[in-house]
Amino acid sequence: MKTTYREAMRDAIREALTRDDRVFLMGEDVGLYGGSFAVSLGLLEEFGPERIRDTPLSESGFVGAGIGAALGGMRPIVEIMTVNFSLLALDQIMNNAASILHMSGGQFNVPLVIRMTTGAGRQLAAQHSHSLEGWYAHIPGLRILTPATLADARGMLWTALEDPDPVLIFEHGSLYNVAGEIADDAGAVDITSAAIRRPGNAVSLITYGGSLPTVLEAAEQLAGEGIDAEVLDLRTLRPLDTPAILATVAKTHRAVVVDEGWRSGSISAEVSARITESSFYDLDAPVGRVCSAEVPLPYAKHLELAALPSVVRVVEAAREAVGSHG
Amino acid sequence: MNTPRAATPSGAAHGQHLLTQMLRVRRLEEKCVELYSAAKIRGFLHVYIGEEAVAAGIMATLDPEDAVVATYREHGHALLKGVSAGSILAEMYGFQQGCCRGRGGSMHLFDAATRFYGGNAIVAGGLPLAIGLALADKMAGRSRVTVCFFGEGAAAEGEFHESLNLAALWQLPVLFCCENNLYAMGTALSRSESQTDLAVKAAAYEIPAWPVDGMDVLAVEEAARRAVDAVRGGGGPHFLELRTYRFRAHSMYDPERYRDKAEVARWIERDPIDLLRATLEGAGRLSEAEWAKMQRDVDAEVSAAVEFAEAGSVEPVDELLRFVYSEIRSP
Repeated sequence: MKTTYREAMRDAIREALTRDDRVFLMGEDVGLYGGSFAVSLGLLEEFGPERIRDTPLSESGFVGAGIGAALGGMRPIVEIMTVNFSLLALDQIMNNAASILHMSGGQFNVPLVIRMTTGAGRQLAAQHSHSLEGWYAHIPGLRILTPATLADARGMLWTALEDPDPVLIFEHGSLYNVAGEIADDAGAVDITSAAIRRPGNAVSLITYGGSLPTVLEAAEQLAGEGIDAEVLDLRTLRPLDTPAILATVAKTHRAVVVDEGWRSGSISAEVSARITESSFYDLDAPVGRVCSAEVPLPYAKHLELAALPSVVRVVEAAREAVGSHG
Repeated sequence: MNTPRAATPSGAAHGQHLLTQMLRVRRLEEKCVELYSAAKIRGFLHVYIGEEAVAAGIMATLDPEDAVVATYREHGHALLKGVSAGSILAEMYGFQQGCCRGRGGSMHLFDAATRFYGGNAIVAGGLPLAIGLALADKMAGRSRVTVCFFGEGAAAEGEFHESLNLAALWQLPVLFCCENNLYAMGTALSRSESQTDLAVKAAAYEIPAWPVDGMDVLAVEEAARRAVDAVRGGGGPHFLELRTYRFRAHSMYDPERYRDKAEVARWIERDPIDLLRATLEGAGRLSEAEWAKMQRDVDAEVSAAVEFAEAGSVEPVDELLRFVYSEIRSP
């Protein structure tokens, strides 16, 4: 059936609310307004204000309330408008959600799902555009998901809700309008493994989330040049599917990591380090990286575009990797 | 779980119960200080000595299924919620027999069986948790109460204001217990707040709030019973400002440069244990023999706890990575 990323996500929320009466959605403008990105549009009418719960602008308060409600037996889905706003709730996410199971010696788990928009490309400047999922992937106790496809937008939420521990879902803002086909019976998907989105032999392009369409387009262009790139979608940034990363490198012997986060201390750095640690002798070229320029993202369209990974930059990095000989 | 609420208990037995509870906290913590000095306990240790009337008075009004969220100065709250002294001490020893298997220490006591939700060492960080616990109860139609303890220092944090607003907006069954001991570590209330009347802050959120003499356990209990009954009855959140004082330093590292000894001495004259003991003795409700037996019983409990902790063992290092993710994967 035809759908969009936004509709797939909405269907996933609707399914969760229907299947489990412990589930509720809470966040800023999720109800009457219909969600700041219209993901929850219509759900208030369907499920009522108790379960589609508008909150004040109190990120720390309502994220913490989600943690408490999860401890109290509910299965909350907390929506944060953008990743930059999630920083106001960082105390709750890190000091409580990620830590309580450990601090309590295994007594209290936190079955909470937090969804938020991430990423740039919409000229929203330096307080609405960043890609901080790599930061969150630094924190033990969290599970970090980055659905990049319609099937994952549709299927990751239910699996996340079934997880006994806190799961953060990062939805790239540029993906919401992506349209396409998914199976009529599309449903829950695994949230532990990376996925090959395009098989190839010449170079591994390793990416996730909003960069996947860019990387797939680059792979098509490379194919026209006779470079057969494999595209690995990480899907889950924590825990990383290291075997899948090492397997693609073992196959192609060359890797380029594409990450919309900043280069320094990024998830791309972690992927690169794992390749170096475990697959050094498989490599025929240094690991390449395409990341965002290290600036708070600018408003002007041409500057923003220049800061972000692009098809051109991915193609160049892939050519360079293939051009190198070990 | 809806049993009819009893009126405030009175009589010798109840008075002696409150005195016993305060004495249990006092003696356990005096022992903690001793064990800290002997390097049996490490990390930060924050004792509640002087403030026992607050926890004792409030816990006396709770049902076992009510939840408590507390701070890093929570040994007494844990003990009076029903966590055993032995498992508390073993936790401070860092042993696997501790209530959190040595993962939390003094500042992070948790206990699922008694619905004791920490042990939260980020000031005001526990308030949103309490909101969520109360929200879960309200959504599930349960008549449980969540009690959230925090110090007056929390009133300067954003999470305090966000939580009070949410609790009032959603009419959640939560009792906020602000333990005003006048100092946020070394910073006096008057040096950190433009409005030092904390009940006024709560009232600004349309939350019924009133100050209580936190050194008088009977006053605390009476106020708590009124508030807890109202919360349980669907009256929405309530807020108590419990005016109390910490007799000891903030932690074992605190040289106490910020307050003068005369002030401490004045407050010690109102030691909550001495006050209740005098009241009970004056009313003929506590004989010398009863007081002696109470002390013997409490000392025996503390000695048994020390014995339990001393007999504990460290968790094998290969268990280091446990409890980062749940071991049972189904929710």
